[in-house]
Amino acid sequence: MSIRNSFTIDGERVDFEPGQSILQAALAAGVFIPHLCFHPEFSAHGSCKLCTVVVNGRNGSACTIAAMPGQEVRSDTPELNQRRRMLLQMLFVEGNHFCPGCEKSGNCKLQAMAYELEMFNDHFQHFFPDRGPVDASHPEVMLDRNRCIQCELCVRASRDIDGKEVFSLAGRGPASHLVVNAASGLLGDTPFAATDKAAEVCPVGAIMVKRVGFTAPIGRRKYDGASIRDQIEHPAPAQEG
Amino acid sequence: MQGLDDTLGQILTAHRKDPRRLVQILRAAQSEAGWISPEIAAFLADELCMPISRIHAVVQFYAFLYDRPVGRYRVLFSDNIIDRMLGSVALRQHMQRRMKVGRGAVSADGLVSIDTTSCTGMGDQGPALMINNRQIVRLTTRRIDEICDLMRDGAPLEDWPSHYFTISDRIRRAESLLGTSYVPGKALAQAIELGPQGVLDDLRRSNLRGRGGAGFTTAMKWELCAEAEAETRYIICNADEGEPGTFKDRVLLNSFAERIFEGMAIGGYAIGARHGVIYLRGEYDYLRAPLEMKLAAMRQRGLLGTNVLGVPGFDFDIEIQMGAGAYICGEETALIESLEGKPGRPRIRPPFPVTRGYNDMPSVVNNVETLCKVVEVMRIGGRAYALLGTKQSTGSKLISVSGDVARPGVYEYPFGVRIQTVLDDCGATDVAAVQISGAGGMTLAPHEFGRRIAFEDVPTSGAFMVFNRSRDMFEVARNFMHFFAHESCGFCTPCRVGCALSASIMDKIAAGLGAQYELNELTRLGAVMRTSSHCGLGQTAGNAVADTLQKFRPDYERRLMAGDFAPAFDLDAALERARQVTSREDAQAHLEGVA
Ligand SMILES: Cc1cc2nc3c(=O)[nH]c(=O)nc-3n(C[C@H](O)[C@H](O)[C@H](O)COP(=O)(O)O)c2cc1C
Ligand code: SF4
Ligand code: SF4
Ligand code: FES
Repeated sequence: MSIRNSFTIDGERVDFEPGQSILQAALAAGVFIPHLCFHPEFSAHGSCKLCTVVVNGRNGSACTIAAMPGQEVRSDTPELNQRRRMLLQMLFVEGNHFCPGCEKSGNCKLQAMAYELEMFNDHFQHFFPDRGPVDASHPEVMLDRNRCIQCELCVRASRDIDGKEVFSLAGRGPASHLVVNAASGLLGDTPFAATDKAAEVCPVGAIMVKRVGFTAPIGRRKYDGASIRDQIEHPAPAQEG
Repeated sequence: MQGLDDTLGQILTAHRKDPRRLVQILRAAQSEAGWISPEIAAFLADELCMPISRIHAVVQFYAFLYDRPVGRYRVLFSDNIIDRMLGSVALRQHMQRRMKVGRGAVSADGLVSIDTTSCTGMGDQGPALMINNRQIVRLTTRRIDEICDLMRDGAPLEDWPSHYFTISDRIRRAESLLGTSYVPGKALAQAIELGPQGVLDDLRRSNLRGRGGAGFTTAMKWELCAEAEAETRYIICNADEGEPGTFKDRVLLNSFAERIFEGMAIGGYAIGARHGVIYLRGEYDYLRAPLEMKLAAMRQRGLLGTNVLGVPGFDFDIEIQMGAGAYICGEETALIESLEGKPGRPRIRPPFPVTRGYNDMPSVVNNVETLCKVVEVMRIGGRAYALLGTKQSTGSKLISVSGDVARPGVYEYPFGVRIQTVLDDCGATDVAAVQISGAGGMTLAPHEFGRRIAFEDVPTSGAFMVFNRSRDMFEVARNFMHFFAHESCGFCTPCRVGCALSASIMDKIAAGLGAQYELNELTRLGAVMRTSSHCGLGQTAGNAVADTLQKFRPDYERRLMAGDFAPAFDLDAALERARQVTSREDAQAHLEGVA
């Protein structure tokens, strides 16, 4: 690849293909930038802000900024990682994330990022949100809105891949919450299915397929053995299920 | 339900059953039915062929759309710090007592609901309230009593004394915009004489910069839009004026509307746009009918419509779309989302609206005042225009002055005017602070009053709130933080969570439970919000707290407790549920009891 299509992250050269974001190029080159709302199969969302980097002296989300020749990107710095820890703590206290009691533990990207970034406590005052009871109306899937981090991956998956538009984010500010496409407000009354793409993209324990819990015991789950940094999902869609 | 279905059917037809007009459709449906009931939501979802979740998403985003019944009289008190300083809290409590209804609640008989709302743009004549989309200003206890009587009698708003609804302009100082006469069509004729490129060239010579806050060069914005490949382009007038303490656009919309329209038409001519849209904030609903009438008059004069001013092929017309109570919709990409019938969440930029905006077409979004200035540039020429003001900030600027001043209202100055000059002119004495450019702007202390209003020194979208020495700057900052927590769109983590955390820390300090620890936390949160937020709202939300912490620290410190830290969490109160479940109220069931 020509020198014209490369930039640096923390001084390290990264090649890119035109059209890639900084995050896409970095991950493809094996350089880890923490992220949550980005998923290789969907267009960028830019909401979690975990991927915030400094590009030529300016703050921005690596998942939404196009890679350009000669950019100087700073990412793995104490200051930026401290910011990311605070963002993670914000996500933790905003929802009800009590990992030891959550079936997603070990497979959860929020938890995995917290381990990776060495977030040792929640720090801030908990919101203890009440976004309604767990919705178990669907025969195959349950929905716990209080664990939702509003990444809209399920929204994007259901709309763009499943062609169903089952999910939307409603409300404003801290009152934002997930709603489903049913007059009753219940997941069971939507055309949602456990085989939908939207059923597998949730990074946290908000959308959970029933009856598969504890098939792998805690301790032997995805992020229990190795950090999320070393298990990046790669941009090529063919590699996904 | 049949009658309602017919009405809804008519509303849908009027909006061509276009899902992109959802916000407009919901507003119209609600003004018929009072609220968006589950039946209405289901009916509209069906007719518009959209998931009902999309309807819920929109209704729950906008403060003026309701998914549960509200009072037949919906009273909303403007809750900006300026209204509060004028006594709005006591007035609201007085009304609540008289109508026997709690804040945010509906009276038992369904007659009235009372709540607060973000600044309604009446800072120079507050305290103010809105009742069913109408504005009432200059509230007094007597006026509140009269309103209570009228509501009790069930009098329709049309029968209320009309002077209640009179809103004054209060122009206190006029320059080139407010102070010069205007002949409709003259500027547009001049533009046509110059030709589209000539207009852009003259605009560049004027160095006109946007009045909405960011100060982007208008000529450059228009050129970028004109250059973008597309079949259609749009000129959008940003009349969302939601910045607390700002009301100058209201005055322009009320008394200078023709200039706004003409500025839009000049824009349409220069960039090749045929459609103009005015996005009018929901609070200014009362201005809508007069604006429509003035638009009709402009059409009659041949200044809008087809073959404008007789130029073959120059077609340009303007429509008004309403906001519905969301400050974030002043941000240009959130505004466009709202125009497209969605919740107002800012888009990822780039692409910028000039290349991909409304309906994915290149769009210019300009502030109300900017568009009026375009008319001025055409009238006197770019070069002459650039002589006023400073080199980097040419022309004049409208400033909305409110707070502790003898003469609140709109003041027009050449750019470069000193803060102290404005203070002298508006009769402000014993001033402790000036809040410039709304809740996210700068808080200036007396040693800074020699600074100048200009893009290169103290930039402003127009708010100028004055606080004298009797005021508590901590309470000012606390009010602003709550404003941001309420208005954050919720899209990105740092703003959605950071504003709420900061507001609750300010409350903790107000309750006397704060320590040095909380001051440090505010600073840390502010830094993350400023550096990581998606849009200007989150990036500036911590400014007032940061500025007042630095310049008015004693207002914080005198509230701090002696120790290092006290938890905000009340352990004994948290046990209440457990006590209820176990039906216990004995000493052992309380923390003190155990100790
Ligand atoms: C949170 C937020 C609120 C805004 N509110 C307004 C507003 O009420 N009116 C306005 O003209 N611009 C507002 N803006 C600025 C607009 O995004 C945009 O820059 C402006 O309308 C461009 O017009 P101009 O170039 O004429 O200044 C706001 C920006 C942000 C980030
Ligand atoms: S339910 Fe899961 S995937 Fe959907 S928005 Fe919430 S966290 Fe994201
Ligand atoms: S900064 Fe605030 S208002 Fe702006 S996108 Fe983020 S949450 Fe929404
Ligand atoms: S991954 Fe970039 S903002 Fe979430």
